[in-house]
Amino acid sequence: MSCDEKVDCGRRRLLVATATVGGVAGVAAAVPFVASMLPSERAKAAGAPVEVDISKLGPGQMMTVEWRGKPVWIINRTKEMLDAMTKIGDQLADPKSDKNMQPEYAKNETRSIKPEILVAVGICTHLGCSPTEKFKTGAESGVDPNWPGGFLCPCHGSTFDLAGRVYKSKPAPDNLEIPPHMYLGDAKLVIGEDKKA
Amino acid sequence: MSKVNAILQGTLNWVDERFPLTSNWKAHLSEYYAPKNFNFWYFFGSLAMLVLVIQIVTGIFLTMHYKPDAALNASGVPVAFASVEYIMRDVSWGWLIRYMHSTGASAFFVVVYLHMFRGLLYGSYRKPRELIWLFGIGIFLCLMGEAFFGYLLPWGQMSFWGAQVIVNLFSAIPLIGPDLSIWLRGDYVVGDATLNRFFAFHVIAMPLVLIGLVGAHIIALHEVGSNNPDGVEIKKKKDANGIPLDGIPFHPYYTVKDIVGVVVFLFVFSIVVFFMPEGGGYFLEYNNFFPADPLVTPPHIAPVWYFTPYYSLLRAVTYPLFGIDAKFWGVVAMGAGTLIFAFLPWLDRSPVKSIRYRGPITKWLLSIWIVGFFILGFLGTKDPAYKFFGFIPGAPVAQLLSLYYFLFFLTMPIWSSLDRCKPEPDRVTTK
Amino acid sequence: MKKFLTAILFAPVLAFAAGATLHLDSAPDKSSDMAALQNGAKIFVNYCLNCHSASYMRYNRLQDIGLTDAQIKDNLLFTAEKVGEPMKIAMQRAEAKVWFGAAPPDLTIIARARASEHGSGADWLYTYLRSFYRDENRPTGWNNVIFENVGMPHVLWELQGEQVMGADHKLALAKPGKMKPQEYDAMVGDLVAYLKYMGEPVGEFRKKLGVIVLIFLAVIFVFAYALKREYWKDVH
Repeated sequence: MSCDEKVDCGRRRLLVATATVGGVAGVAAAVPFVASMLPSERAKAAGAPVEVDISKLGPGQMMTVEWRGKPVWIINRTKEMLDAMTKIGDQLADPKSDKNMQPEYAKNETRSIKPEILVAVGICTHLGCSPTEKFKTGAESGVDPNWPGGFLCPCHGSTFDLAGRVYKSKPAPDNLEIPPHMYLGDAKLVIGEDKKA
Repeated sequence: MSKVNAILQGTLNWVDERFPLTSNWKAHLSEYYAPKNFNFWYFFGSLAMLVLVIQIVTGIFLTMHYKPDAALNASGVPVAFASVEYIMRDVSWGWLIRYMHSTGASAFFVVVYLHMFRGLLYGSYRKPRELIWLFGIGIFLCLMGEAFFGYLLPWGQMSFWGAQVIVNLFSAIPLIGPDLSIWLRGDYVVGDATLNRFFAFHVIAMPLVLIGLVGAHIIALHEVGSNNPDGVEIKKKKDANGIPLDGIPFHPYYTVKDIVGVVVFLFVFSIVVFFMPEGGGYFLEYNNFFPADPLVTPPHIAPVWYFTPYYSLLRAVTYPLFGIDAKFWGVVAMGAGTLIFAFLPWLDRSPVKSIRYRGPITKWLLSIWIVGFFILGFLGTKDPAYKFFGFIPGAPVAQLLSLYYFLFFLTMPIWSSLDRCKPEPDRVTTK
Repeated sequence: MKKFLTAILFAPVLAFAAGATLHLDSAPDKSSDMAALQNGAKIFVNYCLNCHSASYMRYNRLQDIGLTDAQIKDNLLFTAEKVGEPMKIAMQRAEAKVWFGAAPPDLTIIARARASEHGSGADWLYTYLRSFYRDENRPTGWNNVIFENVGMPHVLWELQGEQVMGADHKLALAKPGKMKPQEYDAMVGDLVAYLKYMGEPVGEFRKKLGVIVLIFLAVIFVFAYALKREYWKDVH
């Protein structure tokens, strides 16, 4: 700022300096208030990683566990299911999982670490309903005569395949989210943590 | 540069045509002329505003996490009590916000008492400032209500039994008393219904009234102008432009001065918040770390320090009168003890306002009254059987001082007009 | 006049000093001794956390006193599955009331609640845990000097031994325990230090932050005061 004769420069400098120090104090004082609105220790504890034993999950079966208040599906896919998935690529919106809806280690054909085991957040990417499982194939599923098995969201009819990939021209924009997860042993799965962080 | 200025000026004009921004700025800050001889005692008005802001902001953030619920949780602890510990431990920085709020409550009374004492010293309640004073008394009463309602919320032992005792005071009122106290509680004991309504009063009703009264207090002040330590009216001597000769614009002179006061206050405030948040058991009472238990009264219950002088007045009355028992008259004494301040503008008949020009009678009587107020406050924290130095019984001392407390006011019209006053100067004096 | 005012203002302060009847031993200050706090936590979990909960204290908060999540999980996590959970107990309060006459209180903030004009909460606890004596008139067979007719039996008696109340109203060790008196006192000191920490885990950080805040406010004061002086040069 320029100093002309009308302005007392010493006074102006002091004013700016005081305002700066006071401003720093104000920002510092705001930090605790802003931070107090973050998830508390209780919320963090409730949202802590969940350990799951999947030894009893047979082929073709699905189980649901709660992580951070959301349903997480664990599905043991059969050979037939996996084969069926490879044939429907052209009907899907994002068959190669290009959008960032999964950790790097699940960005593959089956969207999983182990090919047969899918771990996905069971929340529709449209408006947050939880889709229902439609594992039966064909007309019997009530979805479509050529239905290869997957999920149907009851709210607005979005459909997903058995890797949580969304079909084209449906309300949901993205594939289902794959949460961070890792294996502690052969049948011990941890959801919510992948040791990468 | 000049282009920026032009845009700013244009914006300001646009606003001024629609909202009296500049004129308000001038009326209340840059062209509000305050006497230039304000001393130490004149910091506490702006500090009370600061504490009000601190209480409102911290209060809003506490409300986000606090739960007014007296039911027991799975661990057998009342939900309200547990939610306070949740704030202290699980919420990030919750401990700081809570300590600021609990310390702020005591700080509010400290600055308001000092602010009121300033009024007593310099006759700030005298004509033409009677309404400022009355609004101020309203603020004081409102603050007492706010503190009382807020004190129940942690739902500790002192919260519970304090509310129990105070609400039972109303049952002393003849005829309607017992029903009135049940109505106030919404239950036969202090319970969940009481907690919820106190919460509503504490976070909504009282703050609204409080802010309204603070606004009225300041508007009235800026209408008549501030008093000063000499108690002379600066508006009587004006220059050719109509500006008081002894006045200086509030902004920037008193804004920069008050900032210094604010920093010093925050220094003291931080010492309490960070190093002694319990205030030796006076700001956060130890027994309040036990959850409320309707079956067990703590061995010694006393109100928080800012209520204790009035609590002493309450306990001092032990004789039934006109066929109504002493309990009722105790309540009357306590109520009168707070309300009597409102009559000061009409009780004081001295020809001068400021203590500087008043005679020895006022100085002595006021000094004794202040000391008596402290001793009453001290005795209010103690058991009725307390003895000074182990042998001077406290109860009769409290009775004597209570009597003096009221006589000081009731005889004020006489002694204030009898006192030998010094002549007031024409203009304010500076050192 | 001013001298007179000062004199009478301080008279009540002198009177404040009188009083105090209950004598408490002062607890050793171990608030920054991590080894002592960790030992205290171990004793707490082993001896207290069976009947008393600490339902506001999360296990993983013990990181404050230098423990890792893995250490907590391996050595201390008896009453919960995850380190993020609070220190709760399985005992039902209603049942406890039948067994002990009163449900054992939650101990999270006991060190704050037990403070009084006689001493800090830590002092009270330190005295209390060393003041049990044999009393056959009590259902538990134990009584306590500073907590008359206490419902809790002397849980640490194997360590301390058995004290009896003499005719002179002083306690004497009738049957020695596994620990020597000095060892027992040190152990209780650790436990009390832990209880004090648990009462306000943020306590040490609070004081450190306070120093920074005060220094910063002192800096602001210098600027604010200079600014005030600068402006008030105008006022004569």
